[in-house]
Amino acid sequence: MTMHDVSLPSYLEQSPEVSARFRRIAERPVVLKVNRLGKTFDGVKGRIQALHDISFQVRRREFISIIGPSGCGKSTLVRILAGLDDHSAGEILLDDREVTGPGRDRGMVFQGYTLFPWLTVLKNVMFGLELSNSSNGISGVSAEQEARGWIEMVGLEAFADAYPHELSGGMKQRVAIARALANRPRILLMDEPFGALDAQTRAKMQSYLLQIWKNVDITILFITHDLEEAIYLSDRIVVLKANPGEIQEVIEVPVEHPRSPEQFLSQEFLATKKRLEELIHPAKDAEDMLPIIRMTQVGDDVY
Amino acid sequence: MARARYFIIWKELDPRRRRVFQVFSFIIPLAVWSLVSYCPAVWHPMVRVSDPGSIGHFRVDAMVQKGAFYRENAKALAEHRKPAQGVLANPVYLPAPHEVAKSFYKAFVTPPRLPEEPWLHESLWHSIKIIIWGFLISSVIAVPLGILAGTYRIFSYMTEPFVEFFRYLPAPAFAALSVAVLGIYDGPKVAIIVIGTFFQQVLMISNTTQRLDPALLEAAQTLGARGLKLFTRVVIPGILPDVYRDMRILLGWAWTYLIVAEVVGNSTGITWFINQQAKYRIYDNVYAAIIMIGIIGITTDIFLAWLGSELFVWKSRKRSILSRLRTVYTTSRTEPETAQVSHDNA
Ligand SMILES: Nc1ncnc2c1ncn2[C@@H]1O[C@H](COP(=O)(O)OP(=O)(O)O)[C@@H](O)[C@H]1O
Ligand SMILES: [Mg+2]
Repeated sequence: MTMHDVSLPSYLEQSPEVSARFRRIAERPVVLKVNRLGKTFDGVKGRIQALHDISFQVRRREFISIIGPSGCGKSTLVRILAGLDDHSAGEILLDDREVTGPGRDRGMVFQGYTLFPWLTVLKNVMFGLELSNSSNGISGVSAEQEARGWIEMVGLEAFADAYPHELSGGMKQRVAIARALANRPRILLMDEPFGALDAQTRAKMQSYLLQIWKNVDITILFITHDLEEAIYLSDRIVVLKANPGEIQEVIEVPVEHPRSPEQFLSQEFLATKKRLEELIHPAKDAEDMLPIIRMTQVGDDVY
Repeated sequence: MARARYFIIWKELDPRRRRVFQVFSFIIPLAVWSLVSYCPAVWHPMVRVSDPGSIGHFRVDAMVQKGAFYRENAKALAEHRKPAQGVLANPVYLPAPHEVAKSFYKAFVTPPRLPEEPWLHESLWHSIKIIIWGFLISSVIAVPLGILAGTYRIFSYMTEPFVEFFRYLPAPAFAALSVAVLGIYDGPKVAIIVIGTFFQQVLMISNTTQRLDPALLEAAQTLGARGLKLFTRVVIPGILPDVYRDMRILLGWAWTYLIVAEVVGNSTGITWFINQQAKYRIYDNVYAAIIMIGIIGITTDIFLAWLGSELFVWKSRKRSILSRLRTVYTTSRTEPETAQVSHDNA
């Protein structure tokens, strides 16, 4: 990696604008508080400590990413936050109330889209609104109106009556985001939402997500294993390590807002990326070398 | 023209070829039947006597074993008597295709031998009624039970072990019992269909329900759905098309119990007709009736398949013309990403 040779500023250095922004964020109320969270699975090979002593806080309208190698417990963590799995230790507080089980205050976007295939785009987005109708008396008309607003926001008004199978992956994920946001959750949990998309579509989705975040009152917790994606999108990045899943470091991203793809080559961006690489891919060890016998002729070398 | 590649695993053929081969699936058995019927060299073990000659026990139109016919004629010739004459034929139980085709029409217009006996169409309708009642009664209980067993473990544990046990008991084993309980008319017949269908149905529907994508349930939960709402808003609509497909398969199985059911008590319906015709040795009518069952079965199924693809547009991946137009319109004016719109429709 040539990147390491270039002399870069430290990722800890922040421009006055950036540090002012972090000071402003620090004044906002805490939305999500995770306290010494732990999770063990009882597998066939005995107990697996998937998460250990995880603590962090997310403030209102903050964009926080969780990054780490495959199998470090990212999905486990987000599923526990969503209430889909139980935790073994610690506590989760949403607006100071303990989280038990899934609820509409935490929206979730999965990697596998999970749109209801039997419902049109409009009906998918209305799903949560219709559920709450019965309890707080919103009329069906206003639910539809509201859903159409969200669909318009993700730019799919022409597809309101289409079924999920008629949409591309990126469009499906936009519907999934609209569906989650329509419920007005306090926090939006996203588990590698763009992992299955091609690079171009992914770049587009990242920019959509930033626009949505800017214009909607929403706090976002975003799981990814893509370093650049994490830096580009986040205010802070929580870096996990595997076996057991623990927090290695919480990084304040020194890249200024508003974000744009040109920043991928800025000093702050590269410095942050270098730090993340050090944390996630520590110096090459022998494990990475395959025990391959030479099966080509001497002199017939690719390099 | 590109050489068609038929032997690529799971490779779909183009629609025209597909249709040709589908027609072939009927042509091949028909061709075999025709070959056996119209080509004396293939089988024809009998001789139909056209002139008995001097052989006393031969009659015009009687069917005689080929060997016996030649032996008798050789004896007659040796004794300088007039030999018999006849044509090679297949046994009466294997009529030729054209004879069966003829009786297809004839069977419907021929009045019953006795005035109180039903016409063919009445017999058929009677059979269809038995099927409909049996299938309906079974479904009304088995479908809800199967869905519950596939959704809530308590129902699964409370039904499935017994159902597993019971489905091994052959439905005809209950014939005598159902006559004793329900009399000799349609009751026991419907009961046999119900017993034959019900237990398979519970298990099949339960299985289908369990195959619902659990991620959809989780997504619904994060949207605030709980308890009964999860059941009515996710489980039911999610499995409906697959349950519908199960029902089509099960309806086919219900037909297979028909013949057994209809001989229980006093014989009725198409089974009575078949047995009656066999008794009179009018085998072309027997074949016509059997083929009739097949035709009724396959037309119902084709119709139900079509209906299903209309009802569950999202599952059949058909697209309404409206949405097709919409896609074309938006692709031409918006970002390239929407150009992938129809990729999973290919
Ligand atoms: N249901 C489960 N039972 C047992 N072990 C599990 C289960 N789910 C996850 N794990 C284990 O927990 C660890 C973290 O998994 P996961 O959260 O999916 O990682 P990530 O999303 O970071 O790739 C892995 O070692 C995995 O094998
Ligand atoms: Mg994961």
